[in-house]
Amino acid sequence: MQRTSLEQLEEDSFDVDVAVTNPEKVGDGMNAYVAFKVSTRVCRKAFFSVRRRYSDFLGLYEKLSVKQSLHGCIVPPPPEKSVVGMTKVKVGMDDPSSVEFVERRRAALERYLQRVVSHPSLLQDPDVREFLEREELPRAVSTQALSGAGFLKMINKASDAVNKMTIKMNESDTWFEDKFQEVENEEQQLRKLQAVVDSLVNHRKELCGSTALFAKSMAMLGNSEDNTALSRALSQLAEVEEKMEQLHQEQAASDFFIFAELLADYIRLLAAMRGCFDQRVRAWQRWQEAQSTLQKKREAEAKLLWANKPDKLQQAKDEITEWEARVTQYERDFDRIGMTVRKEVLRFEVCLCF
Amino acid sequence: GEPHPGPRAVNVDLQTDATLQVDISDALSERDKVKFTVHTKSTLPNFKQNEFSVVRQHEEFIWLHDSFVENEEYAGYIIPPAPPRPDFDASREKLQKLGEGEGSMTKEEFTKMKQELEAEYLAIFKKTVAMHEVFLCRVAAHPVLRKDLNFHVFLEYNQDLSVRGKNKKEKLEDFFKNVVKSADGVLVAGVKDVDDFFEHEKTFLLEYHNRVKDASAKSDRMIRSHKNAADDINRIASSLYTLGTQDSTDLCKFFLKVSELFEKTRKIESRVAADEDLKLADLLKYYLRESQAAKDLLYRRSRALVDYENANKALDKARAKNRDVLQAETSQQLCCHKFEKISESAKQELIDFKTRRVAAFRKNLVELAELELKHAKVT
Repeated sequence: MQRTSLEQLEEDSFDVDVAVTNPEKVGDGMNAYVAFKVSTRVCRKAFFSVRRRYSDFLGLYEKLSVKQSLHGCIVPPPPEKSVVGMTKVKVGMDDPSSVEFVERRRAALERYLQRVVSHPSLLQDPDVREFLEREELPRAVSTQALSGAGFLKMINKASDAVNKMTIKMNESDTWFEDKFQEVENEEQQLRKLQAVVDSLVNHRKELCGSTALFAKSMAMLGNSEDNTALSRALSQLAEVEEKMEQLHQEQAASDFFIFAELLADYIRLLAAMRGCFDQRVRAWQRWQEAQSTLQKKREAEAKLLWANKPDKLQQAKDEITEWEARVTQYERDFDRIGMTVRKEVLRFEVCLCF
Repeated sequence: GEPHPGPRAVNVDLQTDATLQVDISDALSERDKVKFTVHTKSTLPNFKQNEFSVVRQHEEFIWLHDSFVENEEYAGYIIPPAPPRPDFDASREKLQKLGEGEGSMTKEEFTKMKQELEAEYLAIFKKTVAMHEVFLCRVAAHPVLRKDLNFHVFLEYNQDLSVRGKNKKEKLEDFFKNVVKSADGVLVAGVKDVDDFFEHEKTFLLEYHNRVKDASAKSDRMIRSHKNAADDINRIASSLYTLGTQDSTDLCKFFLKVSELFEKTRKIESRVAADEDLKLADLLKYYLRESQAAKDLLYRRSRALVDYENANKALDKARAKNRDVLQAETSQQLCCHKFEKISESAKQELIDFKTRRVAAFRKNLVELAELELKHAKVT
């Protein structure tokens, strides 16, 4: 049975903390994967942990999105898939770039789980509980569609479906329209920013490469120079340039990448929020369709009365009762989703788990 | 016009002496040409006044340079390399693109980018002025070239020199001349020199020139990447600032903080790129041109040597046939004299080149290091 939203409001603060730690490579070759330790602490008393891999997190998202988005909740999106990153790890976890990759993934998974457990209704979800508590989880399959690009495509496809519906929603509540506009604008601006950040990461990589080449060139020049003091100075300059190249590399990796990832994360969240607005519109459309079906049934009944066909009449009356119930149900659903969306948006604005 | 703060021997260490001082005191950038105001101070009797100025354009500098190259008397000297043509195309293109994209960015972003591009334009402008000035200073410092009549006309004649740029036919002639020269160069380079000094110089210069060329190209690429990264950081900083000032939520405060961070980074990055550009890239470019000029000198000497050897052979033949001996003797003496004159001055020129080069590199590398230290302290 569905809880009413009033009860949900009361249950807002559950003191649950999760941590994702201890990455470990399991297996060898292309079937290898990285397992993380997921630890949960409830109300500072109960403490338990399980081992999970990346596809388990994706599986959790899939289950949640199917259920919860119907209610208008913002389901946090999972971190992106990375074939390149994972292949490197599968080959060998020793080199610094794959260590970094695993660390970034660990951090992203932790952020993801934190968002899930901070959400009062998601926390109640049995799938979430199972994820946190159960020793062995069945392998999640068909998680291909959930890479970063796949996720956005999904949301956009849903939006398109909504827009193509013939009955345009007449918005009685301008709050929704305004908020949706805000969300869309913010997403646009951040996308532009993201493009420039990507450009920066690329230019830094270019800079690394060209600094390395320049260093070698200066070393050669130093060798040619027949004045010994100048020759030494030029070779030293070449060494300094090489060091700078390494610094550039590190900088490109750390500061800007973290920022770029947070940005991408936030954009996905905004897209998820857009998704739940669309859910609300879908609910309205279901309600309207039900109403028009009911209308047709009533007209049919009237025709039967006029044509005097008593046997079919009973069936028509039954159908009318059924559809009346549906209309009431859908109207209630729509209102409920509306309230959930409102609450979600406010919660999002107030407490961003960055 | 752009005010130019006095003489700046950026790449070359020159001793300015009171008998003849030349600098570019002002410059004006018009749509597709630059007008340089050449200012001369001199105690020499050749000039009508002690201090005077004329306006010159790039083509007139090239005319002067070419007149040196074509003058047989100067075959034994390193002709100071001609300044490169002022090139604002890239910068102008960027400014145009910015104008076209004005609608897609906020007023603050646009103003910021415009300022950056204008600063870049100004930097290119200052560089071209400096390079033209260095050319004139080199000529003025050279004991023989400074007495050249064309040079004096260049400095003093206050009308347009009516020097047109080379037309297509002349440019084609030049091209072929260079092709022949390089083929010759290969031929002549194969002949081992009797004189150890010149043999060593030949080997050295060939290698050095190639490596400087490579280093110059690589440094240009590196600096371009650096500037691109700095531009990106600039755009990120302004977008973040716009986002941050839209509201006063925690997220917006975060954006503002990050924007400040990026702004600081940008300042450092663009300063480092600018310093590298000025002290390193320009230096390498200049010595690329100078080492080419030195190579040209060696080539001219080799040519003179070949001519001398040919004249010797002709003399032997004439003596053997006992025909036109006097003519052959005169010709041989002329070639000998020419070759010896060139060799003598070339030796001194090459030694001076070395001294100048070491001094210029030292000066610029030291200044570069000092600038980097200064910037590191500020942060």
